[in-house]
Amino acid sequence: MATLTLKVNGRARTVDVDPATPLLFVLSDDLELRGPKFGCGLGQCGSCTVISNGQAVRSCITPVSAVSTAEIITLEGLGTPDKPHPIQQAFIDEQAAQCGFCLSGVMLTAKAFLDKNPRATDEQIQQALSSVLCRCFGNVRMLKAISRYAKGASA
Amino acid sequence: MTTLTSDARRALTRAGFSRRSFLTGSGAVIVTFASAGVMDKMSGVFAQGFNGTGSPQLDSWIAIAADGTVTAYTGKCEFGQGLYTAQMQLVAEELGVPLNRVHLIQCDTSMTPDQGTTSGQQSHPTNFNRSNLALAAATARETLIRLAATQLNAPTRDLVARDSAIVVKATPSRRVSYGVLIGGKKFDVQLNPKAARIHPRDWTVLGTPVARVDMRAMATGEFEFVHNVRVPGMLHGRVVRPPSPGATVMSVDESSVRGMPGLVKVVVKNNFVGVVAGKPWQAAQIAEKLRVTWTPGPRLSPQRDAYEQIRKEPSTDTLLVDSGDVDTTLASAATVLRATYHHPYQMHGSIGTSCAVADVQADKATVWSATQSVFPTRNTTAAILGLKPEQVRVIYTRGAGCYGINGADTVSYDAAVLSQSVGKPVRVQLSRKDEMAWENYGNLFAIDQRAGIDANGSIVAWDYEAWSAAKGGRPGYNTPGNVVTGTLLGLNPTPFNPRTPAPAPTQPLNNNLNTAPSYIAGRVQDSRNGAGVVRSERVLSHRVRSPFFTGPLRAPERLQNTFAHECFMDEVAAHVKADPVAYRLQHLNHSRLKGAIQAVAKAANWQPRPSPNRRAGLASQGPPASSDSATVSGRGIACVCYEGDNGYVAMIAEVDVNQSTGQIHVTRLVVAQDCGPISNPDGMRNQIEGGALQGMSRALGEAVTWDEEKVTSIDWRSYHSLPVGFAIPRIETVLINQPDQEACGSGETAITVVAAAIGNAIFDATGVRIREVPFTPERVKAAINSRS
Repeated sequence: MATLTLKVNGRARTVDVDPATPLLFVLSDDLELRGPKFGCGLGQCGSCTVISNGQAVRSCITPVSAVSTAEIITLEGLGTPDKPHPIQQAFIDEQAAQCGFCLSGVMLTAKAFLDKNPRATDEQIQQALSSVLCRCFGNVRMLKAISRYAKGASA
Repeated sequence: MTTLTSDARRALTRAGFSRRSFLTGSGAVIVTFASAGVMDKMSGVFAQGFNGTGSPQLDSWIAIAADGTVTAYTGKCEFGQGLYTAQMQLVAEELGVPLNRVHLIQCDTSMTPDQGTTSGQQSHPTNFNRSNLALAAATARETLIRLAATQLNAPTRDLVARDSAIVVKATPSRRVSYGVLIGGKKFDVQLNPKAARIHPRDWTVLGTPVARVDMRAMATGEFEFVHNVRVPGMLHGRVVRPPSPGATVMSVDESSVRGMPGLVKVVVKNNFVGVVAGKPWQAAQIAEKLRVTWTPGPRLSPQRDAYEQIRKEPSTDTLLVDSGDVDTTLASAATVLRATYHHPYQMHGSIGTSCAVADVQADKATVWSATQSVFPTRNTTAAILGLKPEQVRVIYTRGAGCYGINGADTVSYDAAVLSQSVGKPVRVQLSRKDEMAWENYGNLFAIDQRAGIDANGSIVAWDYEAWSAAKGGRPGYNTPGNVVTGTLLGLNPTPFNPRTPAPAPTQPLNNNLNTAPSYIAGRVQDSRNGAGVVRSERVLSHRVRSPFFTGPLRAPERLQNTFAHECFMDEVAAHVKADPVAYRLQHLNHSRLKGAIQAVAKAANWQPRPSPNRRAGLASQGPPASSDSATVSGRGIACVCYEGDNGYVAMIAEVDVNQSTGQIHVTRLVVAQDCGPISNPDGMRNQIEGGALQGMSRALGEAVTWDEEKVTSIDWRSYHSLPVGFAIPRIETVLINQPDQEACGSGETAITVVAAAIGNAIFDATGVRIREVPFTPERVKAAINSRS
């Protein structure tokens, strides 16, 4: 076990965990955050995505010790129900979800990509989401929401 | 929004709030069904009944408090399809209250009526017609109107419910609020089977695209899934499943994990093996490390032989329709066409692995579960735990989208067994492999079709014979062995009783599995329940035992059957050089299905001509269909009366086929759908879009795979789902509103026709017929190569 102080959603959070523990388990169990989800534990689906130092990372295969100094942002760190982040607002406006379990993967992957590539085309956005899964297949609305956000963000 | 979230509900529960104390508190109008005698008089196509036996004390549907707050109880749950919001709209509409005055409590065995399972797109017909929740709301409104009639000195026919008050239609200033009407009194009202619904033409809340009330919480990561449920003192479990179907425990070496951090207990019961630890990561590591010796399971028949093998197994045979003259009609027909279609086992493949939390104590248990069937799960969990059903409370808490029976039921049993073993609350979330190797797959099908065609090119006989493989399914109230945990605990799945030959049909055709094609008359004795005109007809099914668990997967069996029916109809149309749309209409006798076909053809600007396209497969000789000269384009149509009478859809697919790679690119999907009066057009559209793309994923890539021992599709590398980022087709939806018809389902209708529409479009483009799902590039390419 090791005591680590993580920077999560702008706050310092101290945890006492096995340093090999995947970040996801620390976030969802020790810190009881609801945004990142266990989808596969293999880094294949994206449900566990968080933004770490500006990069979308799969927290289910990232040992917590590897991000102990990083700025970590989860879905709930972007905005709140009362003050959603613009990308969250775009998803709300487009009603771009069904079960909603995949949203960390879709939104945070798209956000991290667009932060670096604000003028990305729809094709480039699709490419960035080529290893993110949504089994309800909300793709039509999700891509619309991301495109709406991208236009607003680059305007 | 004052909707009671599951968090809020739990907080109230923990604080000692009970439904009874609410109901016996201050004044209220409470609508009950206990002795109203309506259970056997429910209206509606396919409306599911209750099994009220489980909950004699839970007899109310709706309660209106003196402050105008409406609390409604439903046994149909939200799992991402938008039903929660739509049910709030229903209550708000009937009672004339703003949406944010409606508290909807769903699927909790201690609070809600027993409405069986939320499945089979039955919730819309069940709760939105003239029974159940809709009837309760209408009864409550009529009660308030009757009370108001005295106070306002006006006849009831002049009164309407509006803004939490009853008002005189002509002079709205004459009004009396619900608060004044109810005062401190309590009115117990029995559900009135004759209470009149507000007609869809007068709707102001229903029929509008109200946004999902849970969307904001989902989008901001605040929404509580069952995966997020945390109760004090909770431990974490993992299961250790057998290495192959039928393998049994020989020994468990607990010393292999002794001393591992967090270990609380290794639990072995019959062939069920699980571990409990302090933290989920610890439990995962212990489960990984635990040395279990298993007997080998029986050798599995090779996957490549699966479609031949199921024809040789003992089977349960069912004749749905048999006009008795099929063989003679075929013998005298000008032409007989035949074709065989294959559909693989497919997975629900929920994006999140299944999870449940159970708190089992000596004489009571609480289970937070994403089951679609809280009351059945309560009974089966009680049986597993040795408790009485009334000692178990199951609280529905949403999981990842399920599309049928994913691991939600089985993991609820896992959590319950582990919690009972350690005497503390236990949360279990399955591993990806445990989910995928052991879920209840959608059935494998082999289907033979034969059609007799007369000299004019019309179909005069249709002969369907199918073999499908199944085992287990939904546990219902009594059969926990229908899912893996139950079987591992030593409980049997529903017995398999071979029966050959099938007895002659005696009941009117019930086409709830779409076993019969739309084009037959469906005559049994004096009844005629088919949607078509073909009078020489036979529909024969053989059900064999599957080595794997199976169960309902979105449009269960309907999709597999419809793939075969609609592709074969296309083959016949092509053979007689008829336009596929006109040829379908010619053989149909069903105005709503014809309406959907005509609507989709118009929206897609369908040009009548036979398939294949006259330049099929000849990309280089015609104008290039795309920049890639190997690419050819085509269009295809498919349609269905879902479950016979529970929704009507027609879809046109447009595809590009790269003939050198076999790659299919679906460029456009146009869908026309009729589900009766539309309760929420945006919700319906969301279901159509998702169903269309999920259907594409299933048609193009999804298949369960196995070797001689075990399932080998156990993650997202080995089971192929389309990602969010694929080049999606343009999807155009035509919503056919039918205000004078009964509500029917909308969640499974569109997906049912996707594989057929795409298969027909591939044929149109290439002249090649792909008769096996999925249409992988290898399969398409091989078919194209064998053509030339």
